[in-house]
Amino acid sequence: MSISKKLVDDLVANDVSFITTVPCKQLAGVIDEVEARSEIFHIPANKEDEGMGLCAGAYMGGKRSAIIMQNTAIGVTINTLATLIQFYRMPLPMLISYRGELREPVACQVEMALHTKALLAQMHIPTYHFHGESDAAEFDAILKYTFMCNKPVAILTDASFWGGYGDQ
Amino acid sequence: MIRSEILRDIAPIIRDHLVVCNIGLPSQELHAIDDQPTNFYMLGTMGLASSIGLGLALVQPKTVISIDGDGSVLTNLGTLPTIANNVADNFILLIIDNGSYGSTGDQPTYAGKKTSLAAVAQACGCDNVVEVQDKDLGPALQTAIDSRQMTVIVCKCDSGNIKLPVITMDPVVIRDRFMKAVAR
Repeated sequence: MSISKKLVDDLVANDVSFITTVPCKQLAGVIDEVEARSEIFHIPANKEDEGMGLCAGAYMGGKRSAIIMQNTAIGVTINTLATLIQFYRMPLPMLISYRGELREPVACQVEMALHTKALLAQMHIPTYHFHGESDAAEFDAILKYTFMCNKPVAILTDASFWGGYGDQ
Repeated sequence: MIRSEILRDIAPIIRDHLVVCNIGLPSQELHAIDDQPTNFYMLGTMGLASSIGLGLALVQPKTVISIDGDGSVLTNLGTLPTIANNVADNFILLIIDNGSYGSTGDQPTYAGKKTSLAAVAQACGCDNVVEVQDKDLGPALQTAIDSRQMTVIVCKCDSGNIKLPVITMDPVVIRDRFMKAVAR
């Protein structure tokens, strides 16, 4: 089974039916898989804070929601995480491509990678780091944990997890 | 008319619908004028009233009215293409356009200068965009609700604020009360 399919299977099995995405090359496969599933309403967002607003609305409408985005978005969404998702206590799984880690070809990506875990820790956001493919086995439990505690939860998925960047 | 007068005017129209109200004075005014469990007050996060309202409208059938401002729509301008391309016919975006950032001291916005938010919404692909003057909002809003077609209303009005206390209701209480009203 492809890793993208496994991740989306877990989202569907946990009743996540509203997913917003902001693309990253690393996440292309999982975004395609989200788009292909009839159980999921997929709504691409122009910016990640907008996406979190959409997720908050869907959650209050009775649907479990999730966001798929790049780690640079942590820099974009700190205020939204603090004043909307955390302040109103909403669950939000954040499946994040962790750019700027080993095998990264773009130097600028390293700059936000250096801040990613520190920012998430400062925000008291539970954070999981998928480095090897077998790490994805925990995704189902992480989703259950997210909806148990009503918090935003970060799942960082690095280049090694996705099998590198190919021929770049 | 200023925004608080407009909210007083439309309170009987929006009372029976789900309302997502913008941060700052708009929420404080609506809370003071006609607090309802069907009101979701934003206490922070400028710009996201339209996004929260759209997300809510897309997943359930009740009419949702996002009360936004020109300044906060400019903050989250990417919301308009998302709204246009994900049509929810139970969604109304009401932009109260007073040409100023009211909650921060009435600094002018670009919507009060050369930028037309109605034209921007149309260019983004929103099919039903209505620009009205403050005194005409009530009938236009009722028409939009009755039409069951997604509508963006830009209501031009005067800038100005009334003095009100901040909302002290706990955010989780606001959210829980609202979710129960949505599910009812």
